[in-house]
Amino acid sequence: MIRSALLAATALLALGTPAAAQDFDITGATVATGDGSDPIEGGTVSVRGGRVVYAGPASGAPAASGTAVDGTGKWVTPGLFAAVTSLGLADVDAVDESNDTAARGSPFSAALDVAPALNPSSQHVLVSRAGGVTRASVTGYPSSSIFAGQGAIVDLGDDPMMVVRPRAFQMVALGEAGARLGGGSRTGAHTLLRNALREAGQYGDDSQLVGRAVQPERDRSGDDLPIDTRLLDNETERASDTLLTRFDAAALVPVVRGQQPLYVLVERAADIRQVLSLPREFPNLRLVLVGASEGWMVADRIAQAGIPVIARALNDLPVSFEQLAATQSNVGRMARAGVQVAIGGLDGGTDGQPRTATQYAGNLVALSRVPGADGLSWGQAFAAISSVPAAIAGFEGRLGVLANGAAGDVVMWDGDPLELDSAPERVFIDGVEQPLQNHQTRLRDRYRDLDESDLPKAYDW
Amino acid sequence: MTGRVFMGAAVIALSACSTTGGNESAASTGSAADTGDVPYASTYEPYPGVPTALVGATVYDGAGGRIDNGTVLFRDGEIVAVGGADLSTDGYQRIDGAGKFVTPGVIDIHSHLGDYPSPSVDAHSDGNEATSPMTPEVWAEHSVWPQDPGFSRALANGGVTSLQILPGSANLTGGRSVTLKNVASRTVQGMKFPGAPYGMKMACGENPKRVYGGRGRAPSTRMGNFAVNRQMWLDAKAYADGDRSKRNLANETLAGVLDGEILIHNHCYRADEMALVMDMAKEMGYKVTAFHHAVESYKIGDLLRENDVCSAVWADWYGFKMESYDGIPENGALLQQAGACVIIHSDDQDGIQRLNQEAAKAQAAGARIGIAIPDEVVIGWITLNAAKAMGIDEMTGSLQSGKMADVVLWNGDPLSVYSRPEKVWIDGALMYDAMDAKRRPVSDFELGQPGEGDVK
Repeated sequence: MIRSALLAATALLALGTPAAAQDFDITGATVATGDGSDPIEGGTVSVRGGRVVYAGPASGAPAASGTAVDGTGKWVTPGLFAAVTSLGLADVDAVDESNDTAARGSPFSAALDVAPALNPSSQHVLVSRAGGVTRASVTGYPSSSIFAGQGAIVDLGDDPMMVVRPRAFQMVALGEAGARLGGGSRTGAHTLLRNALREAGQYGDDSQLVGRAVQPERDRSGDDLPIDTRLLDNETERASDTLLTRFDAAALVPVVRGQQPLYVLVERAADIRQVLSLPREFPNLRLVLVGASEGWMVADRIAQAGIPVIARALNDLPVSFEQLAATQSNVGRMARAGVQVAIGGLDGGTDGQPRTATQYAGNLVALSRVPGADGLSWGQAFAAISSVPAAIAGFEGRLGVLANGAAGDVVMWDGDPLELDSAPERVFIDGVEQPLQNHQTRLRDRYRDLDESDLPKAYDW
Repeated sequence: MTGRVFMGAAVIALSACSTTGGNESAASTGSAADTGDVPYASTYEPYPGVPTALVGATVYDGAGGRIDNGTVLFRDGEIVAVGGADLSTDGYQRIDGAGKFVTPGVIDIHSHLGDYPSPSVDAHSDGNEATSPMTPEVWAEHSVWPQDPGFSRALANGGVTSLQILPGSANLTGGRSVTLKNVASRTVQGMKFPGAPYGMKMACGENPKRVYGGRGRAPSTRMGNFAVNRQMWLDAKAYADGDRSKRNLANETLAGVLDGEILIHNHCYRADEMALVMDMAKEMGYKVTAFHHAVESYKIGDLLRENDVCSAVWADWYGFKMESYDGIPENGALLQQAGACVIIHSDDQDGIQRLNQEAAKAQAAGARIGIAIPDEVVIGWITLNAAKAMGIDEMTGSLQSGKMADVVLWNGDPLSVYSRPEKVWIDGALMYDAMDAKRRPVSDFELGQPGEGDVK
């Protein structure tokens, strides 16, 4: 970690870019704003004070200010928003000591909060940043119960402040995963869910909200949820048959009140229908479906309910009995039905690598050329990995899009970002240019040749 | 960053196996050959085709050749001619390929389809005989479920016409592989690639020591891996040099390796470990045909070239286990630069549908550091190079007169994300056609199920 910090510093010096937002204008580029529209040839993107102030045809651009960047032959897009990842929670998945994605032995579930575990120096963060990913939602895996705990919205900037919004959503598993965790069947999972939400409702109503003189120290980052005073109450009386710990009950209060979205892992059409009916019992729930392999079969109902979906792009095999109807046309069909759908998911939907989101989006464009298949337009596909997941995360118009007032998350690519041969050349987060070096690029540079005639490779650094 | 839940399955699936680069006689392996019988012999027969001329497309022949506005002729299951627009197409049904591309059928050297089929429930988990670190006696074909829907997806989305099914990597010696034509069949014998040699899967590194060390038995370390391996080979040599008439299934496979009839496919990630394995092969008198998952091959491209060992690699998988921590996207390109043999493999039911895209990513990573590898060479990473390492290159892997007519017509550049197979022929029979909803396989499992016959 020391080395990567030094590298980052060196890189910034080399580029002459202070670790602060810079004003710049990129001109002459193909500009894709991420909002679903077609790319604009010869466009301009202007950033001032860390925010986008213009993205569009050169004709409407403001007067140049700050650094001029020639974007001729390049593509410029908002940074990618990777939905539902484990970025920053593990160094090596199979190395348990480095992996904070699951807490199987914890007595807590819904109260688990990924924020304190995040490591912005994880190589997966650095590699993803170099791949154009600037923002992500991060969650743990459901493991000690059907509830995974509270996920966060993060940025991938080269600084210690990774969290953009802590406790941004709660994650619950239904379907087969929920059944396993909920006692062995879907009935168990559903009963646990209903009980938990009712206990949380009761707990919220009973809480004394008195707070304490000293509140836990924490990072504030703008628009996150207010401090949860229910965690600080001095109420100890609870019904004798409660199943949730106080922390878990408190954590679910914002869910049942609709202050915090509930992401529901679910695949099968029948399971999706059950989720769609939950608001009849809990009217304030703000639901997001994650997975939804058979979503296309109930796409009209999902659209009607106005519930967004985060789906894997290409899974097309009946890998489980809850995914029998999986098809690569799932995303396209849901989008056509009017569902707000982003690409992502607990396994990334991207071979576990958020940087491959572009490849997956490109594949959805490819489907539009296959008879009988349902794909996306280029603009829709790019939106599915930028503005749409950002909007689902609660940052519509602010992240994942090049629009006036949006964060200055800008990526300049050497070609069509959805194509296999393109890569980011420069990445900005909040207007700050980011180092793109990482463990992989250092290995690449060391082994560009195999010459050890003077000294071993260990001296080549 | 694959999730832990999913990594479990992925790690189990990570395996390397080996087959012999033999010829048709090698199909009768081990002492079974002594009896004159070929056990579980292939019953595969090509399906009927019509004499076909693909005209006007860009042709990558798989052997490094490129023809713009090319013509590919095939009939009676075989490639007849590959040439330019001047090639006569009299007597052939012409298919206009203008704006499209033609390649050999894609070959995946590393698959577990059938052995780890969909749905991936415990009842279907037939890829690792994880009851002993050495199981050379097991044969992957005895686990293959021909109804795995994964075969059809590999055909339709990936243009895969041949694939090697390997046992998993729990064991140091996982057993024999089987090479299949990607043609739906009621039996595995009906898919077996006629004349393909057997391979044997070996695994070094983390998996065997984790699986058996976790049970408090050898091997529990990398040195344990080698000790168990070396003793196995010494015992096998004694068998091979002695009386083979008393049949021993494990030793028959190992003797087949020592005889050069069965090819070694060795799951191995780290450069230092691959170097040790190559030395072990020299010590024991066998050859490693290919390292699979060889994420650190780029560190020893020279050694691999000198030892004539192929590297079957992913484009960019890395960081999911300790021995994959040094994976880099430039691996394939650096190997090509070093003059070593490059193969892109999948080891994955999803990745097998996109080997062309993975090859393109590996090519692009090289281009960005100044290693320019022509498209027609890159196509060889997923066709002829794989065929060579599977010992079937005399029969398939390139568009060459007399070879099997395993052909893909792509609706665009196969190295572009925007392209898909439009038609796939296997032995000259049209087995997939994107323009014909009925010309795609639907497995028994999928009948009457939601999504039956969908484009998938």
